[in-house]
Order: sequence, then structure tokens, then C-alpha cells
Amino acid sequence: MIEPIATLQENAIVLLVAFPIVAALVPIVLGLLSDRTGWIVAAIISLVQVALALTVFRQVQATGPFSYEVGGFAPPFGIELIADGVSAPLLVLIAVTTVGVVAYAHRIGPHGNEFYSELMLLMTGLSGVVATGDVFNLYVFLEITGLATYALVASGRSPEAALASLKYLLIGTIGASLYLFGVGYLYLATGTLNMADLSSSLPSVGYATPLVLTGFGLIVVGLSVKVALFPLHTWQPDAYAESPHAVSAYISALVSTAAAYALFRLLYAVFTVDFFAAVPFAQDMLVLLASVSVVVGAVLAVMQSDLKRMLAYSSVSQFGIVVAALAIANETAILGSLVHLVGHAVMKAGLFLAVGVLATSLGARTVEEYAGIGYRAPVTSGALAVLAFSLVGVPPAIGFAGKWTILLGAVEAGAWALTAVIVTSTLLTLAYFGRLVEKMYFTEPADAAESVATDGGVAPDVSFAMRAIVVLVAVTAVALGIVATDLIATFEPVVEVYFA
Amino acid sequence: MIDLLATHHVYLAAILLVGIGLYVVVGSPNLVKKVIGMNVFQVGIFLFFVTSGYVDGAGPPVVGHGSGPLSSPLPHVLILTAIVVGVSLTAVALALIVRIYDGYGSLDEDVIKEVRVND
Repeated sequence: MIEPIATLQENAIVLLVAFPIVAALVPIVLGLLSDRTGWIVAAIISLVQVALALTVFRQVQATGPFSYEVGGFAPPFGIELIADGVSAPLLVLIAVTTVGVVAYAHRIGPHGNEFYSELMLLMTGLSGVVATGDVFNLYVFLEITGLATYALVASGRSPEAALASLKYLLIGTIGASLYLFGVGYLYLATGTLNMADLSSSLPSVGYATPLVLTGFGLIVVGLSVKVALFPLHTWQPDAYAESPHAVSAYISALVSTAAAYALFRLLYAVFTVDFFAAVPFAQDMLVLLASVSVVVGAVLAVMQSDLKRMLAYSSVSQFGIVVAALAIANETAILGSLVHLVGHAVMKAGLFLAVGVLATSLGARTVEEYAGIGYRAPVTSGALAVLAFSLVGVPPAIGFAGKWTILLGAVEAGAWALTAVIVTSTLLTLAYFGRLVEKMYFTEPADAAESVATDGGVAPDVSFAMRAIVVLVAVTAVALGIVATDLIATFEPVVEVYFA
Repeated sequence: MIDLLATHHVYLAAILLVGIGLYVVVGSPNLVKKVIGMNVFQVGIFLFFVTSGYVDGAGPPVVGHGSGPLSSPLPHVLILTAIVVGVSLTAVALALIVRIYDGYGSLDEDVIKEVRVND
């Protein structure tokens, strides 16, 4: 034992994964005594997680990126956890979002200790995906994330939720297995599973060899399923729409985000920019896949009447932008993509939370039912409108910062088709959110009493905390936009290394 | 072609399993069969991994167990983990199927679709 403070700092990154996975068992054990203990345990665990994530983040800011050898086995044979300018902020994002969702779920649920155990398990999986530096370990964390998400989607208790969850499970498992298949190809080609080691051995194998190309294809398709790019998104609208409000907010904010982050790591820490230079076809295909996703996702969102489905298709479109920006392999675009990744997580979580508040208190679920809602629930509607405009890309909010940086990158790279796609997507985003805001503020409700009556009476009351969280997220979305340059400065050293 | 079959038959078996599994997941309307298809699909990938560590006539890489070619135990260990993941997934899937059957009274995707439309 050396100084305990120093050990805590050194071990914070492994505790981020090890602590919540063990602590996730506590609510289940306590559930034997009382079914109401889960919330407080989850609140404590997620607050500790925030402290650990902040410790890692501060360490990265003070001394630069560092890695941790799990079990003392040196990489490339041992598993490595990596904290750097990209993974550390994302770890903080995951922990803070968890705190917010736990606070939000206190009143409307889902209640029960299993829910909180599953939520903590999901947080573990997400933190693991972000922190790991080993491609097989990444598969395991992807599956932990997956398993916890399937269980959470089904916590809605309805058969529809179970069906949505099973659909997600089948498609998600195939996606993760394809990723594993791809990892198998890379392992056959190089004999290593460590990301850093892979990136240095792949050039000697040759980027254009069938083994590496097949591995790339399988990995990209597998992760695209998890990110929910069109046409691999089919699990996503059902899963978001059928799960309880707190769950859809959490998974929409973080699950696809973690998968997109994994794609970023694999593209640049494993395959590197040289791969794209050697195999431009792979790059073109990825840009094409993402661009189609941007446009089709937005068009499908415009066509939806159910609000949660509209937000789900909006995610398909926004992740298209994120992946397209990753694929053009330009430093500015990648920075923009990471900013948009973080920004989208905050904004989409806030939108789902606001929709949850309005659905619970006023029974409004479709765009039609939102008529005049701006005057019946002014605070939540205001926050919803701010978040919607932020996602459209109105300055100074974070949505603007992300999209603007991506656009700059696309112009720098001379990717004119993609530039057009991103501008079009902004217009389409305005189309579906503009329609909503118009309904909220400028349409007289057809029958003011009707939408309340259809709710069936005894709606559980919305707590003050839920409204406060929605407002807080809206404020965060704007504040993040103002400090976006700091965010870019944190990401920059990591991305610079990939282009060195 | 014959030569390829003789030397790479395990890879062909793996690809066949993956193909059959995917076909069952997509083609069968029965939810339980879909889960079985998912398992077959995963087994194909497991087989692919496990064979990659196999060397003809090789010994285990343990000190004192002879020299000559050694086979790598790493893929086997990885797949052990993946099998555990697969079992958990199957368990969750079957639990969900029980709930779906309780709700709709059927395991047939087409029947469930009809029930949902009629509701």
C-alpha cells in the first residue's frame, strides 16, 4: 500500500468499470428486504461514478492521456483501459446522465430494484465501451450494454415492449456478433487484439489484403447496427417508443453514442487514416451509408405522428451526420463529429425527458395532441423548444457548434456532396421540429378538454425534480455551445495524434 | 476447388452455419426458431475463432510439455467468454418470449402482427 490518494487516482479508471458492476448487485440483494431501496442505492452509485469520472478527467487534464493494465498484465497481451481527451469527457457524460435519469425516474419509475440494477449494469457497459483499449474487451462491453438495454426496454411491462425488446435483441446480437467476426479476421491477420498493437501491425499485413478488408467490413456493419444507421436502424424506433420515458431518454442519449464512439476508436486508433488513404473505396462506402442515413432518417422523422418515434428517427439522421463526419477523415470534421456526439446525447436526452413530462402530465403523445401545449405547460414546453432549436443548429447552442465544425471540415476536405447533405438535413430537422413548435405555440387545441380526457384520468403527478431536470438539460445544451471551443480543445490532442 | 474443400472445410462449415443462422432469423416467423437461428449464427462465428487457434500436431504452450509447434489457447478462452454472453442472451430472449406469449397468445410473428392490428 502506497499513499491511498495516489492509488485512488491511478485506479479510478478501472474502478469506473469494476465498482458499478459489483454495486449493481446491491439493489437486487436489498430487494429481498424492501423493493423501495433501489433508488437511493442507484443514486449513491451514480454519484460515486461521477466523482470517479471527474477524477479521471482531471488526471487527463493535468498529466495527459494514460492507460491502465488490468490485472498487471502488460499490453498487448493484457487488457488495457485508456483515458484520454476523448474518453474522459465521455465517461463524465455517462456518469452525469445517469445521475439525471435516476433523479428523473424517482417519481414516474419504472419502480423496483431490478430496474436500478439494470440501469447500473448499463452504465458499467457504457463506461467499459468508452474506456477499453482492447477490441475483444470492447465486444464484451458491447454485449453487457446490449443485455442491460434489452432488459430495460422490456421494463415497460407491456407485451409491445417485450416484442420491441426481442426485436432489438435479435438485431443487436447479430450486429455485435458481426463485430466479433470482424475482430476474428483482424486477429487472424495480426495475432493481436490490442488496439494500439493492431494499428502498428496492420500496415505490415497490408491494408488492401482480403483479411483486413473483410474485417473492416464486418466491424463497420456490426457497429452500424448498434449505432442504428439506415437501413440497419429497424430495431431502434420500436425500442425507443415502447420503453418507459426514463429508459428511452437514457438509451437514446448513450447507447448509440457509445457505439459511435467505438466506431471512431476503431476507425482511427486501429485502422488509422492510412487505411482510408490505401482503400478509398471503403471510405466512399461509409460516407455513402452515412449520407443515406442522414436524409432517409430525417424524411422518416417528418412523416411520424408519434413524438417518441419522431425523435427516434431523428437519431438515425443525426448519427448519420456523426458517422459521415468521421468517414471523411479530416481533422476538423472529426472534432465536429465528436462535439456533435456529445451534444446530441445531451439534447436527445433532454427531448425525451421533456416528452416524458408532457406525456405524463397532459397525456400528449402525438404531434396533433401538442396543439397549444405551450400555454398549458409553459416551462417544459419552453425547454423542449430550446432543445429542438438546438438540435436544428441555431446558435449559440451545442447543436450549432457541432454541425458548424462538421460543415467546415466537409468544406476543407472538398466533400461537396456531403456538405449539401448536411445542409439539407438541417432544413429537414427544421421541418420536423418547426412543425412541432408551430403546433405547440400557434395552434388552438381542437378541444382543450379532449386530450386530458383521453389520458384515462389518474396520471401520476409530475415531480418538480423532473421539470427542473428538463430545464437544466436545456440550459446545459446552450451552455455547452458557449464552451464548445473548450470541448474542441480537449478533443484536439487525441485527434491530432491520429493525423500526425 | 477440391483442394480448397479438403484444407479449408472448417471455414466453409463456419460460413454455412452463419448463413443458415441468419436465414432462420430472417425467414422463420416463429420467435423461438429465430432465437435458435441466432444461436446457430453465433456458433458459426465461434467455430471460426476456435479453429484459428488450432495447429495440426501442436502441443499446448505449457512449460515442460515438449517442443515443436505450439497452438494458441487465446481464441478458445475468448470464445469461452463469448459463449457465456451467448447463453445470457438466449436466457433474456426466452424470458421475453414468455412475456410475448402471455400477451398475444402466439409465437408466430404474423399472428402477433394481426393481433396488434386488430387491437
